[in-house]
Amino acid sequence: MTLLLAILIDGLIYASWLFIVAAGLTLVYGVMRILNMAHGSFYAIGAYAAASAVGWYFTLGLPAWGAFAILLLAAISAGVVAGLVVERGILRILHGRDEVIMVLVTYGILLIFEDLIKLIWGIQAYYAYQPYGMLGRSKIGGLTFVNYDLILIVVAALIAGALWFGLNRTRKGKLLRAVIHDRESAELVGINVKRLFITTFAIGAGLGALAGGLAAPAIAVNPGLGIEVIVLAFAVVVTGGLGSIEGALVGAILIGLARAAAVNLLPEIELFVIYGVMTCVLIFRPHGLFALPTARRI
Amino acid sequence: MPEKNFNITIIAATLLLITVGFILPGWLTFLTISILAKALVVVGVAVLMRGGIVSFGQGLYYCIGAYAVGLGGKFLGITDLLGLMFLALVAGLVSGSLLGLLMKRYREIFFAMFSLALSMILFGVLSKSQLLGSTDGFTIVKPTILGATLSTDNANHAIYIFACLLSGIVIWLGQRYLRSPMGFAGEALRDNEVRVEYLGVAPETIIYTKYLIASVTASLGGGLMALTLGHIGPEMAYWSQSGEFIFIALLGGTSHIAAPFVGTAVFEFIRTFALELAPNAWQIILGVVLIFIIIFFPSGIWSLFSSLKEKLRSGESGSPSKTPSVDLKKGDS
Amino acid sequence: MSLSIKATRFCKHMVVSLTLSTICVAVNAASDDPLKLGLVSFYSGGASGPVGIPSRNGADVIIKAINEGTLPGSYSNSGKGAGGRPVAPVYSDEAVDSAARVTEYRNLVQRQGVDAVIGYASSGSCLAITPVAEELKTLTLLYYCGSTRIFEEGARKYVFRTMASQDVENIAAARYITSLNPKLKSISGMNQNYAWGQDSWRDFKESLDQIKPAVSVKTKQFPKIFAGQYGAELTALARSGADVVHSSFWGGDMEALILQGAPRGVFDDQTLLLTTGGTAFYSLADQIPEGTVIGARGQGDMFAPESELNTWFRNAYKKAYGENPTFPAYYMAQSVLALKAAADKAAKAKGGAPAMDEVRAAMKGIEYASPAGTIKMARANGHQAITGVGYGTFTLVDGKPSLKNVRRYSAECVNPPAGTSSSDWIKSGFLGAQCKQ
Repeated sequence: MTLLLAILIDGLIYASWLFIVAAGLTLVYGVMRILNMAHGSFYAIGAYAAASAVGWYFTLGLPAWGAFAILLLAAISAGVVAGLVVERGILRILHGRDEVIMVLVTYGILLIFEDLIKLIWGIQAYYAYQPYGMLGRSKIGGLTFVNYDLILIVVAALIAGALWFGLNRTRKGKLLRAVIHDRESAELVGINVKRLFITTFAIGAGLGALAGGLAAPAIAVNPGLGIEVIVLAFAVVVTGGLGSIEGALVGAILIGLARAAAVNLLPEIELFVIYGVMTCVLIFRPHGLFALPTARRI
Repeated sequence: MPEKNFNITIIAATLLLITVGFILPGWLTFLTISILAKALVVVGVAVLMRGGIVSFGQGLYYCIGAYAVGLGGKFLGITDLLGLMFLALVAGLVSGSLLGLLMKRYREIFFAMFSLALSMILFGVLSKSQLLGSTDGFTIVKPTILGATLSTDNANHAIYIFACLLSGIVIWLGQRYLRSPMGFAGEALRDNEVRVEYLGVAPETIIYTKYLIASVTASLGGGLMALTLGHIGPEMAYWSQSGEFIFIALLGGTSHIAAPFVGTAVFEFIRTFALELAPNAWQIILGVVLIFIIIFFPSGIWSLFSSLKEKLRSGESGSPSKTPSVDLKKGDS
Repeated sequence: MSLSIKATRFCKHMVVSLTLSTICVAVNAASDDPLKLGLVSFYSGGASGPVGIPSRNGADVIIKAINEGTLPGSYSNSGKGAGGRPVAPVYSDEAVDSAARVTEYRNLVQRQGVDAVIGYASSGSCLAITPVAEELKTLTLLYYCGSTRIFEEGARKYVFRTMASQDVENIAAARYITSLNPKLKSISGMNQNYAWGQDSWRDFKESLDQIKPAVSVKTKQFPKIFAGQYGAELTALARSGADVVHSSFWGGDMEALILQGAPRGVFDDQTLLLTTGGTAFYSLADQIPEGTVIGARGQGDMFAPESELNTWFRNAYKKAYGENPTFPAYYMAQSVLALKAAADKAAKAKGGAPAMDEVRAAMKGIEYASPAGTIKMARANGHQAITGVGYGTFTLVDGKPSLKNVRRYSAECVNPPAGTSSSDWIKSGFLGAQCKQ
C-alpha cells in the first residue's frame, strides 16, 4: 500500500515538473511547428534568474514569503525576454523552413546560450534553497514529502487548466487553435499569424523558464542544466503527441509514474524507462498518443 | 558529371590521399582517419536526408559498429583489420535490416525522435554493463593486417590507407545508388510521398533501402573510429553524437555524395580552432556557424563548389547540366 | 563581446610569447626554453563548475608561483621554473566526445608541441588517452580520474597518476563507517549510473563485506548522472530504512541530493555517507544533515594537513579567486607540483635543464610535498600515487561547518600495495595493510 502511494505521489511530482517543462515546448511546436531545442536554455535561464534573484532577495531582510513572488517574477520575465530576443533576432528570419532545419537552428541557439549563461553567471553554482524548505513537510501514509513538491502538482494542474482555458475559451486562444490546425487558411481569413507567433513563443519561453525557476530551489544551479532537460522534454511531448497540451499532460504522467515505479521496484532499469515508454508508445501509435491529424500532401 | 569523369576523379582522389599519407605528420594522419570515419556516418545521414528523413539516432549504428570491432577483438579473438571491419559491416547490416522494418513506417520528426530513443536505449544498456567497462568503455588493441603484426606507426598507416580505400568505395557505390532509379525515387519521396506512391513505387521500400545504407555506412564509420581511437565507449550512442552528424550533414550539404567528407573536414577544423581560440566559449562559435550556414548556405558548403563548377562549365559548353541539389527549404505543397 | 576580448588576449599571448622566446633564445636557449604544458579538464558543461574551473584556477596559482619562484616550504630554494624552465600552460576542454579528446590530445602534443600534459577528470578520458600517450611517448599526468583500470590493464611508461584511485576512498569509507558505527547492520546505495558510481558502490560493498560480513543491502539506486530530480529515489531510500546510505555523487548532483533529502528528513535516521562531499562543505553548510559522513578524495581542502605550503596555497587561491580552494584545485596543484618536483630533481642530477625523458625518469617513485600533504608515487612501478584519506562527520559549531571524529587513514592503510590489483587486495581482506589505530 505505501508502495503504491509512494509511486503515485513521486510519479505525480515528477510528472508535474515534466509537464511544466514540456507544456511550453509543445505549445510552440503546435503553433509554430518549431521543435525548440533552445527550450532547454530557457529552462536554464529561468533557473539562474530565479536562483540569483532569490539569493539577492534574502540579503534584503524582507519577509521570507516574498521570495516566492521574486522567484516567479524573475524566472518568467527572464524567459520572456530571452524568448523575444530569440524569436525576433533569429527565428523570424527562418519561419517556414523545414521542421528538422528548425530543430538544428534551435540547437545552434542552445549551444550559444550554454556559453552565454556561463559568461553572464559564471561557473559557480547558485542556490535558492530557502523556499524549498520554508513550506514545511507533510506525512502521507508514513512517508514524508516536502510541501513545496506537493504544491508543484497544484501549480502544474493550474498551468494545464490555464492553457486549456486560454486556448478554448478566449478569442486569442481560438485564433491560435485555428493556426494550429491550418496555418495557411488562418492567414487567409486574416489572422495576423506573425503576431501570434511572437506571443506564443514568448509564452512558451516563459513557461520553460518558469519550470527552471520552480526547479531551482531543489537543485544546485550549474552550467549544462539546459542540455540535460531538453531530451527528457522531447520524450514527453513525442510520447504525448507533438503540439498537443493534453498529450504533454498524459505523456508526463505516464513517464512520471513509469519512472517512479521503476525506481521503487526495479532500480536497474531507471536509465532507459523513459525511452522505453516512448518507444512502446511510438510502436503502437507512430504519432504519439494525442497526435494532431495531418493531411497528406498531394 | 559524366559517369566516366566521376570514376576517374574518385580514383585519382583516393590515390592522391593515400600518397599524401606518406608525408603527413602523425596528428594529421589521425585527424584524417577520424574525419573519414565520421564522414562515412554522415554519408548515411545525408542519404536519408535526401529522402526527407532525418535520423537523430545515427549514433546507434556508429556505436554498434565500434562495439562489433571491440567485442570481436575481446571475445572472438579476431585481430585482423579486414575481419574486424567485416564484423562491423555485418553488425550494421543485421541490426539495420531488423530495426528498419520498424523505422520505415515513420516520417519527419517522429522518425527523428524514434531513432533518438533507440540509440539512447543502447546507450543505457551499455552504461549498465560493467563487464564492458560501463561508461568508461574499453581499450582496443591495434589490429593486425592479413596476419602480420605491425608496429604502432605502421598499423596507423595501414588503417589510414584502408580508410581512404573504404571511403573511395563508399563514394563510388553511393554515387551509383543516387543515380539509380531507386536513388532518384528517394528525392521524389522528399518532394511528395503521395505522388511517388501513385507512380507505383512503395515509399517504405525506398526508406528501408536508405535506412540500410545509412546503418551500414554508420557502423563502418564506427568500426573505423574504434580502430583508430583504440578506445570505445557508450557515449558514441549518445544523442549529442547523433546531433553532431546532422550538424555536419547540413554543413557539407546533401547535394553530392562527397559533400559529407568536405563537411566533416570543415567541422573538425572549426571545432579545433574554436577550442584553441576560446576554450571557454567554443560552443558559441559552433552555434553561430551552424545558424550562419543555415541562413546563408541552405544547401551546405558543397553548393559553393557546384555553383563554381556551373560557372566554369557554362563558360565552355552551352548547356549546363544541373546537378540535382536538395534545397533544404520546405518544398511547395 | 567577450569572445573578441578572448581573441585579442590570445593574440597578445602569441605576441608576448613570441617576443619572449626570441629574447630568451638570445640569452639562454637551454634553461629558459619554456616548458609547454597542456592542461585539460572540463571547462564547459555540468562538470566545469565543481571540477574543471577550480582545477584550472589551482593550476594557475601554482604555475604563477613556479615561474616567479615564490613557492614556500620545501620548494623555497628551488629557483624559478620547473627544472629551471618557465612553465607555459595551454588549455584544452575535456567536455568533448572521446574521439575529439584524442584528436585534441594529438593536437596538443604533435601540433602545438607541448612537452607534457596534465589533466583529465573523467575515467573514460583517462582510459582513452593513456594508450595514445604511450604511443606518442609524452609525459602525461592524470590528475583526478579514479578508475583502477588505468594501471591494472597494462604497464605504463609515460603515464602517471598523481592522485589515488577511487577504490581507496571507498575502502577508507568502509573502514570509517564501521569504526563510527560498530553495530552497522544494513546499507543502501545512491550512486550515479555510470562507471564512477557503479565502481564506487562495488568497491565500498566489497570492502565492507571484508570488514563486517553480513551487512545487508536494502536498496541500490542508480539514477542517471545530472538527473537533478531525486524525489522517487529518496522515497525508496526512506522506505528501505538502512543504517547508512553510501553515495559517490559529486558536484551539482550531490548538492541536489542534500537539498532534496534534508528537508524530507530522509537522512535523520540514516547516516548519509558522501565519499566526495567536500565541495558542499562551505556552500551548503546549513543544509547538510547533522552527522553526515564526508570524505573529499585524498586529503584536499579541510582534510589537508597543516603545512606552510598549504597555508600559502589557501591564501594565494583566495586572494586570486575570492573563495577557498575546493579539492579539485588541490589535486591539480598536486599534479603540477609533481612535474615541478621531478623536473627539479632531474635538473639537480644533471646540473642543467633536463630533457623530458629525464623528468619522466625522475618522476618514477618520487616523493614530494603538496598542499594536500606528502605524495608518494609508490604503486604501478612508481607511476601511481598513494595518498592518505581523511573522513569526518559533519557538524555545525556555532553556525560554522566543521568536522568531528576526523580520522586520517595513512596511505599504507587504504592503498593496495604495489603489484596487487585493487579487487584482489580487497578480497584478500586488505593483506598487509598498515593501519595505525
